[in-house]
Amino acid sequence: MEDSAKESVECTIQRIKETARDIRIHIIEMTCKAGSGHPGGSLSCADIISTLYFGGVLNVKPEEPLWPDRDRFILSKGHAAPALYAALAERGFFSKDILPTLRQFGSPLQGHPDCRQVPGVEVSTGSLGQGLSMGVGMGIAGKLDKKQYRVWVLLGDGECQEGQVWEAAMAASHYKLDNLTAIIDNNHLQIDGRIEDVMNPEPIAEKFKAFGWHVLCVDGHDPCQLLKVFQEASAVKGRPSVVIAETVKGKGVSFMENKKEWHGKAPTPEQAEQAIRELKMLEV
Amino acid sequence: MFEASEMKATRDSYGETLVELGKENPDVVVLDADLSSSTKTSLFAEAFPDRFFNVGIAEADMMGIAAGLARSGKIPFASTFAVFASGRAYDQVRQSIAYPGFNVKIVASHGGITVGPDGASHQALEDIALMRVIPGMVVIVPCDATETRLAVRAAARYHGPVYIRLGRAKVPKILRAHDDFEIGKGLVLWPQLDGRGLDDLIEDRQHSNPEEAPFAVCFVACGVTVQPAMEAAEILEAEGISCLVIDMASVKPIDEDLLATAARNSRVIITCEEHSIIGGLGSAVCETVSKTHPIPVIRLGIEDQFGQSGSAEELMEAYGLTSSNFCQQARDFLETWWQFF
Repeated sequence: MEDSAKESVECTIQRIKETARDIRIHIIEMTCKAGSGHPGGSLSCADIISTLYFGGVLNVKPEEPLWPDRDRFILSKGHAAPALYAALAERGFFSKDILPTLRQFGSPLQGHPDCRQVPGVEVSTGSLGQGLSMGVGMGIAGKLDKKQYRVWVLLGDGECQEGQVWEAAMAASHYKLDNLTAIIDNNHLQIDGRIEDVMNPEPIAEKFKAFGWHVLCVDGHDPCQLLKVFQEASAVKGRPSVVIAETVKGKGVSFMENKKEWHGKAPTPEQAEQAIRELKMLEV
Repeated sequence: MFEASEMKATRDSYGETLVELGKENPDVVVLDADLSSSTKTSLFAEAFPDRFFNVGIAEADMMGIAAGLARSGKIPFASTFAVFASGRAYDQVRQSIAYPGFNVKIVASHGGITVGPDGASHQALEDIALMRVIPGMVVIVPCDATETRLAVRAAARYHGPVYIRLGRAKVPKILRAHDDFEIGKGLVLWPQLDGRGLDDLIEDRQHSNPEEAPFAVCFVACGVTVQPAMEAAEILEAEGISCLVIDMASVKPIDEDLLATAARNSRVIITCEEHSIIGGLGSAVCETVSKTHPIPVIRLGIEDQFGQSGSAEELMEAYGLTSSNFCQQARDFLETWWQFF
């Protein structure tokens, strides 16, 4: 029994890693084709999103996107839309064939997620700082309806400069929303540079602690660690939890890693070719 | 003119109606941002404490939480002062509520200058404009307690985002027993139709005096300006100036058919609102008649400026939102300007 359980976990980890690599390749292909978009912050959260959707964390039904008992995932950092679209397509919410239409006229894959157009997109985001409040609303609704679903909200570290994040942090703690977990994609860069230089939101962990949250810190590129803390977060009672995931902006593509320039710039076809070559050579 | 017992603030009616809705529908939830005793959501809070959420002084967060509740099948009513609901939380209303088309009802009290002594910081004179320009947002400005009750109930039945603007001050009863409210419909309050259609009345007048427009003046008002518009009509009729008064509580969607009929059968439309003349009811009326039947429109309201402290009565007087000014504007137009049209 123990052996097979162990094997199963290893299978899960392998699936998360492989899908994360596929998501990264989609991100490069999609933004290259679109000629615009945000590869840096999409690549940084690919492992987190892959773990949520392919690690058995999110209980969702691709054939019934609005299943009332679904776990909710909110991409508050809406500019990472390519990562979310790729994961949803890989999970079967819609055909992978439409991924190359990202950001094009008439495509449901808007530059930032539009929940009216894309199955599996929980809410519309793009204007930063608003996702956690919506997550609080869903957490409250879950408690009112005595539902077992959980709410997961992915935010950027730069996004934590928005005051509304802390209004929501206060409310989640006040309402004791133990069905809510925030994940911070802590990639240390924003459009204008290092977040410490632009407007330092650190120490983020201590801030959430002070707001009454259960805080977990983790390597945001290690599915094994991510799975473990997501399970721990789900078991916390009486208060919300936050996972501070240490990440690298542009992760997986050598020339994009830790470069603020790749926050909102698409790769040229040549750059995309090199990036995909690198990603395919990655051992997973 | 009115007995004190007939006076009632629209916000009081809102609180009572919320309790009704709370009894009828378990999905109705209410949010407030530390102003529940002023917006009167406190009545719902007392009746249904488990379904009331006071989020503290955090309007942006309140709108986001309301969006999340709506996405989960609830019918959230989110309330604060109009200046904060429409201004401070504008981006949240736009992005988190209206863009995804979530079923959130924003019911904002203390709209306009009748807020009184609190002054310009608390007097929303732009909220109708701000909410009206958001795609898909329904905007309602009821004139009395009865219309508020009907509008709040209509908003609860309607699926989609709605903004309702209420006032702080007590206002007289205007709607009659048989009057109803419907989103997208205006209400003819003057002349009294007594069950007849407006078209029949117009036909009669055209028949008896084909040379004359059936109405010299058409007042279109909403909220607290409906009452002075009614008084103005009474005064002008006594002077032989025929009037039509439309209560256009449904500022968006506006009643295009009724406005087209009014425009075809009046010499001038005078819009009256407790709001900036930029972007509010007056603008909405101009946008409509310019494409159906363009006629002169005089927009009465607050000129391009902020309000100030004072009593509601003093401020209504100072900004010309009185029956005497409405009458004067009508007379000036008919005596001086009509010949040029």
